[in-house]
Amino acid sequence: MTQPLLSVRNLRVEFPNRRQNLVAIDDVSFDIARSEILGVVGESGAGKSVTGAAIMGLLEPPGKMTAGAILLDGERIDRLDLGAMRRIRGKRIGMVFQDPLTSLNPVFRIGDQIVETLHAHLDMSGAEARARAIALLREVGIPAPNSRIDAYPHELSGGMRQRVVLALVLCTEPELIIADEPTTALDVSVQAQIISLIKSLARTRGTSVMLITHDMGVIAEAADRVAVMYAGRIAEIGPVREVLKAPRHPYAKGLMGAIPSLARVNDRAAPPGGGQGRLTLIPGNMPRLNAIPAGCAFNPRCANAVDRCRRDRPGLEALGPVQVACWVATGQA
Amino acid sequence: MIKSPLIEVEGLWRQFDVSKPWFNRIIEREPRRTLTAVADVSFSIERGETFALVGESGSGKSTIAKVIVGLLEPTLGSVTIDGIAMSDPTMVDQQLQLRRRIQMIFQDPFASLNPRWRVARIVAEPLRAFGLLSNAQAIDGRVSELLLLVGLSPEDSSKYPHEFSGGQRQRVAIARALAAEPDFLVCDEPTSALDVSVQAQILNLMRDLQDGLGLTFLFISHNLAVVRHMASRIGVLYLGRLVEVAMPDELFDAPRHPYTRLLLDAVPDIDMTGRVRTTVDGEIPSPIDPPPGCSFHPRCPLANGRCKLERPPLLPLNAAQPTGRYVACHAVAEARG
Amino acid sequence: MTTPADTTPLPKQPPMRFAARWSRAWDSDLSWNFRHSPVAVAAAVTAVLFMTLALLAPWIAPQNAFDPGAVNLDDGFLRPMEKGAKGMTHVFGTDSQGRDLLSAILYGSRVSLLVGFASVGFSMALGVTLGLIAGFVGGRIDALIMRIADIQLSFPAILIALLVFGVGRGLIHPTQHERMAVMVLIIAIGLSHWAQYARTVRGATLVEKSKEYVQAARVMGRSPAAIMREHVLPNVLGPVLVIATINLALAVIEEATLSFLGVGVPPTQASLGTLIRIGQQFLFSGERWILFFPAAALIILALAINLLGDWLRDALNPRLK
Repeated sequence: MTQPLLSVRNLRVEFPNRRQNLVAIDDVSFDIARSEILGVVGESGAGKSVTGAAIMGLLEPPGKMTAGAILLDGERIDRLDLGAMRRIRGKRIGMVFQDPLTSLNPVFRIGDQIVETLHAHLDMSGAEARARAIALLREVGIPAPNSRIDAYPHELSGGMRQRVVLALVLCTEPELIIADEPTTALDVSVQAQIISLIKSLARTRGTSVMLITHDMGVIAEAADRVAVMYAGRIAEIGPVREVLKAPRHPYAKGLMGAIPSLARVNDRAAPPGGGQGRLTLIPGNMPRLNAIPAGCAFNPRCANAVDRCRRDRPGLEALGPVQVACWVATGQA
Repeated sequence: MIKSPLIEVEGLWRQFDVSKPWFNRIIEREPRRTLTAVADVSFSIERGETFALVGESGSGKSTIAKVIVGLLEPTLGSVTIDGIAMSDPTMVDQQLQLRRRIQMIFQDPFASLNPRWRVARIVAEPLRAFGLLSNAQAIDGRVSELLLLVGLSPEDSSKYPHEFSGGQRQRVAIARALAAEPDFLVCDEPTSALDVSVQAQILNLMRDLQDGLGLTFLFISHNLAVVRHMASRIGVLYLGRLVEVAMPDELFDAPRHPYTRLLLDAVPDIDMTGRVRTTVDGEIPSPIDPPPGCSFHPRCPLANGRCKLERPPLLPLNAAQPTGRYVACHAVAEARG
Repeated sequence: MTTPADTTPLPKQPPMRFAARWSRAWDSDLSWNFRHSPVAVAAAVTAVLFMTLALLAPWIAPQNAFDPGAVNLDDGFLRPMEKGAKGMTHVFGTDSQGRDLLSAILYGSRVSLLVGFASVGFSMALGVTLGLIAGFVGGRIDALIMRIADIQLSFPAILIALLVFGVGRGLIHPTQHERMAVMVLIIAIGLSHWAQYARTVRGATLVEKSKEYVQAARVMGRSPAAIMREHVLPNVLGPVLVIATINLALAVIEEATLSFLGVGVPPTQASLGTLIRIGQQFLFSGERWILFFPAAALIILALAINLLGDWLRDALNPRLK
């Protein structure tokens, strides 16, 4: 088997505060292969963005990685000094955030920002860099890139800005792009454009993508594999089709049932208000980080929970094509 | 007597002045600029139904909601509630009465509750504001009742909003709206700030309350799947105008307006049906400077010369047998699409 | 008036209420932050000690500094720790009139703090009200209020205070000058600081006004006055508290400046500033303690309050944005 591009091993991230030590990520492991898009999905507080930040070495203090290893192409990158990590972030790992304005400098023309990045990383003359910048803008689907290259970020719409951010990221031809909710702030029709852009970039350039989102629809469209996170742990990970169509973990099942769908017609007769029947529910709320239950973190909300679920924490185990962290699903209850 | 609809919106326009300050205008020699958020929108909502308005940013859906609940005045046109025109100066007393019967649920439960107030005071505010109850004990009792109704516990009344999760806060906001004993709830993106599993809880709660209390909803969302789940009738907005009105099954199975088709096509295929998507290029134009003719024509695959010049009116799809389905599109009217 | 709901005790366990509140306050991040900031604790202890001593001056001061009869002219220019004619030890020495400096400082701080607190209260009430109205009502009223504030902010505060003080004195009959001096001073200093509150509160009001809880209150038909008072006001007071603390130090210094210039309180009710003015006359004739002790008292007081304000600003900073 070939070596994965990114390998996260037993990652643990803690946020110590004066009252207690909050464990935001607890023993999370996954790989991303070359030119693979891994979707990371979960609800707010599940730890998906913290995982991304840990990989990039951008954990907000007081958060710190207290165990585990992060390997990029077989080399550990979690213990590098600040300068070396910054070079990796600039060159080998690109980042796309929800708000494109966090990545764009409002006082510079977009072309200048791209040209500057090209100069910083590649040995290029001014004219070459400008031509390359126009080519990049064209590649990310900006219409009339020859004139748009001189626009300021505020002159562009949200969708266009996100495209510019992608162009900026592509400057250094990164091996991995970490995209944290890249389409959340966009309108539905624009969101579809950005998703297909990310997909085609991964295909044509062979770039790996870690796509962090709360939106199952985005995952369904774009990802090859998906990791479902719950309370700082991975509940289920596997090929996207398997996880979405036949989820094994009770949380993943509940999550899929809770999503209203355009195509799925509920068989409950339409009530007086019209529309379709009820959505299936996961009772309760995700636990706060200071009150994660013992055993399986999902056990208080789980209809199938048995004694073992309340006692021992399940690890990820292979179940057919996927890996699931559930005693019941893996038949070990 | 013919049963009149609960809400009737007739030829509603709402414009906003987005000019720079007076002094800058003089110096920079710029004219006044207006943004037309809502243009000539008419619809009615029957008692007990859930009318949904769906559209992307700039479609004017939230502006319509605010005009109906009285947070904004219409620039032109009228809103009639239960037969009483809200702009009629001779009916001020009745209008005040009506205000109680129309309440609103907001998008962001982190902003819609006063962070310095306890839940008891938040939920009791409409009781006091509308003079429904004055005795402190009766108010406490009613607050407990309302909290139970939305799935919280009476003990929660002494907590502050920050002690709750997003879904629980939205329940508090719903309890507050229900405290006024409304007939009609305007729900402006009530679940778009919530996680999916919590969204499902809130949507189910709203359906239960509607069945139990006989409420009428105006449901506003950008999420088509949520709209399909909730609505009994749907209006699609584009740049401040209604482009299509239809029953959910009609709309989702056979969308007619090219924009509706685009919107449906853009929704990610979560059921992995292998549906082929055609992503449409371009983005929504600025509502300050909308395209002439049909405002969708720059993105429309069916547009022709007429679409660029002449604005299509919202017409019944089948003029001979009106079914309550309306489309504003020349291509559909000319059977080009 | 405001609705009583948020103070009405719950049907059960009313006795728990105070203890619960106290433990909640003690456990809050602000309190924890305070307890772990030695500078803040030291500043607070100093300020509180100073204020307590000043408040208790009539009972603890060795001499009534405002009573000419209690002063013995023969005791003039006594050095610190020297004994006077009546056998009293003057810890800080005496001034030219034979007034015990320790007593004068205690009584003087009383005047300084009274003027400080009252003028801060006055400018806060004025500034918060105007800022709230400007932000909430908007339009021309907003423009009018904020332009006045802008004009005022373009002058040094002390200049405004001098102007107001001069006009105030001109309006009052000369026989009333002594009696009204403190009042005029309070208004003069208060008027020179309101604009800062108004600006801050207006900005915060604009933010709060657009939040959905204010819209919800409007849907309930609450009046603008009720919404401003019950909804917006409690949510804009955080930054006001910080400004008020820092302005307290400024007001004390401003009062001292005015009194030093001779336009403040009359010598019969000497404040710290008056004492410094008296003291500076003897700076070059060797009796330095007459200047040193009042000046040191003013510096310690102003520094303590300022450090407290700085800490408060930092502690509340995440919410100030």
